[in-house]
Amino acid sequence: MGNQPFSTMIEKLVQEIKDTFGDTSVVGSDSSGLQPSIGINAADLRAVCAWLRDHPSYYFDFLANITAVDYYPEDRFAVVYHLTSIPFQQQLTLRVEIAHDRSLEHLPEVPSVASIWRTADWHEREAFDLMGIFFTGHPDLRRILLPDDWKGFPLRKDYQDPEEYHGIPIK
Amino acid sequence: MTNTMLDTKYNEGYVKYKDKIEHIGSTEMVINMGPQHPSTHGVLRLELITDGELVKEVIPHLGYLHRCFDKHAESINYTKSIPFTDRLDYLASMNNSHAFVMGVERMLGIDQKIPKRVEYIRALVCELNRIASHLIAIGTYGIDIGAFTPFMWCFRDREHIMNMLEWASGSRMLYNYIWIGGLYYDLPVGFEERCKEFIQYFKPKITELDDLLSTNQIFISRTANIGVLPADVAINYGCSGPMLRASGIKWDLRRVDGYSVYPELEFDIPVGKGEVGTLGDCWDRYKVRVDEVRESVRIIEQCLERLGTDFKRTVDFDPRALVPKKVNIKAQNYYVRAENPKGELGFYFEALDKTDIPRRVKARGPSFNNLSVISELGKGVLISDLIAILGSIDIVLGEVDR
Repeated sequence: MGNQPFSTMIEKLVQEIKDTFGDTSVVGSDSSGLQPSIGINAADLRAVCAWLRDHPSYYFDFLANITAVDYYPEDRFAVVYHLTSIPFQQQLTLRVEIAHDRSLEHLPEVPSVASIWRTADWHEREAFDLMGIFFTGHPDLRRILLPDDWKGFPLRKDYQDPEEYHGIPIK
Repeated sequence: MTNTMLDTKYNEGYVKYKDKIEHIGSTEMVINMGPQHPSTHGVLRLELITDGELVKEVIPHLGYLHRCFDKHAESINYTKSIPFTDRLDYLASMNNSHAFVMGVERMLGIDQKIPKRVEYIRALVCELNRIASHLIAIGTYGIDIGAFTPFMWCFRDREHIMNMLEWASGSRMLYNYIWIGGLYYDLPVGFEERCKEFIQYFKPKITELDDLLSTNQIFISRTANIGVLPADVAINYGCSGPMLRASGIKWDLRRVDGYSVYPELEFDIPVGKGEVGTLGDCWDRYKVRVDEVRESVRIIEQCLERLGTDFKRTVDFDPRALVPKKVNIKAQNYYVRAENPKGELGFYFEALDKTDIPRRVKARGPSFNNLSVISELGKGVLISDLIAILGSIDIVLGEVDR
C-alpha cells in the first residue's frame, strides 16, 4: 500500500515521457484515486514500455496484469497495464484508450508488448479471446481459454449468448 | 462470423499453429499430455512435439475449466463474488477471498478500521491454508516423481487443517469465511487451543517430511539441475511466489506491501540457493515451499499468541460489525495484489457510482503466469523431466482457466 507512486512522481514521469516521445504520447493522467494512472497514445505504447522497462531510475521489469475494459454503451475500449518495478518496489498503471464502433469485422487494434514482457503473450491472448482486441505484432495471437471456433467475444457487454455450440443446446 | 474471420488476419495465429502441427518433421511426433493425465494436476493439455524421448516444443492448451469468473463478477455485487473467488485457487480459498476483500475494503476506505482481532484471525486462517496448499504441492510433487509416501503423509496432516477450517467456516474447501469488513463468525470456542495442539503435532512432522524427501538421492537426481529458471527469465514471464523466490529474488508481497497485520509479524522469506544443483532448478522450487511451511508455522504461533493475549475473545465482539449492508463505492479503478501460496494474486476493479456491481473485475491468477513459462522450460528436455518441471511449477487449473 505504502509504496505506490505519489502524484508528484507521476507528474515527473509524465513530463519525462513527454520530453522523450513528444507531447502527443501522453493522453491525460489521473492521480486522483488510490492508484494514479497515465494514459498513453496507442502509437507510442511499445516505445514507452521499452523505455520504462530499461530506464535506470524506473526499471518496470515486471508486468503484473493486462486488462481489457469495455465502456458500453460508449463506443470505446481500454487496455490497462499494471507494471511493477521489483528493484524500486513501485507500481505504475498505464491506460490505452481506443475508440471503436464495436464492429466484429474490424477489431480495435493495440500494439502488442509481448516482445518487451513475455507475460503479455498470454494476457493479450486472453484479451483477444474474451474482449476481441487485436494486438498487432503479437507472435501467436489465437484464442486461449475458449475453443478456437468460438463465435464472438463474451466479455463485451453487448455479447449475445449463442443458442447452441456444435449442435449442443446451451440456453 | 467465424467464416468471415477465417480469411482475415485475426485468424493468422490459428492458421500458423495448425500449419506447424500438420507439417512436423518425419522424425517428429505429436503427443498430447492430458487433459486427463494425472501429472498435469487437473485438466490441462500439453501438446508436445517430440523427437524420440526429447521434447522439441510444448504448446499448452487451457480453458477446460473456464468458469467465466470475470463475467460473473461484473454481473453480481461484490459480496456475492466472494464465493466465486474461493473457486479460483481452490486449494487456498482463504487467501483468495482475503485478497478480494482487501481490495474492496480499500476502495471503501474502511481497511484501517478493521478490528485487529479480525485481521489476526484472517492472517491465521490464511497461513493455515497456505500450509495446506504447500502440503498438496509437496505431496503431489513426490507422486509425480515416483515417491508415494510423502503424498500420504502430506494428506494426513492436511486433513487436520481441513477439519479445523471446516469447524470455523462450515465448509471443507470453499469457505466464504472472510467477508467485506469482517468475518462470517468469530473463531469457534476452543479453536486456538486445538490449533496450538496441531502446531505441536505438526512441527516434528515437517522435519520428518524434509528428511524423507529433500535429501533422497533419487529425488535429487530427478530434480536437481532440471528446469533451471534464471531470475531474469522468471521476471520477464511474470512468475511470482515460490517460482520467483526459488530463482533467488527475495520478493514477497507480505513484506513488500505489508498488508493486513504482516508488518507486525516476524518471519523470513526463504529463497532458492542452488544447494544441490543450479539456482532456480526444480529442487529449489520444492525446497522453498518446504521452508515456507516452516515460516507459516512461525506466523501461526505468533497469531495464536496475540489472539490469546492482546486481542482476546470477548462476549460482545462482533466480527460483522463493519460489514456494509450495501457496498457503496465511488467510481474508481484499483488493482489489489496479495501473496498467495502460488504467487501474486491480483484483482483489478473498475467500480461504478451508485451501484454495487462493478464495471469490470479481472483476476490475475499466479498459476496462469507461472504456467506460461513451461514452453520456455520444456524446450529440449526429456519427457520425464517435463513432468518434474510441471510438478515444480505447482499449478491449480481453477486459477489458470478462471
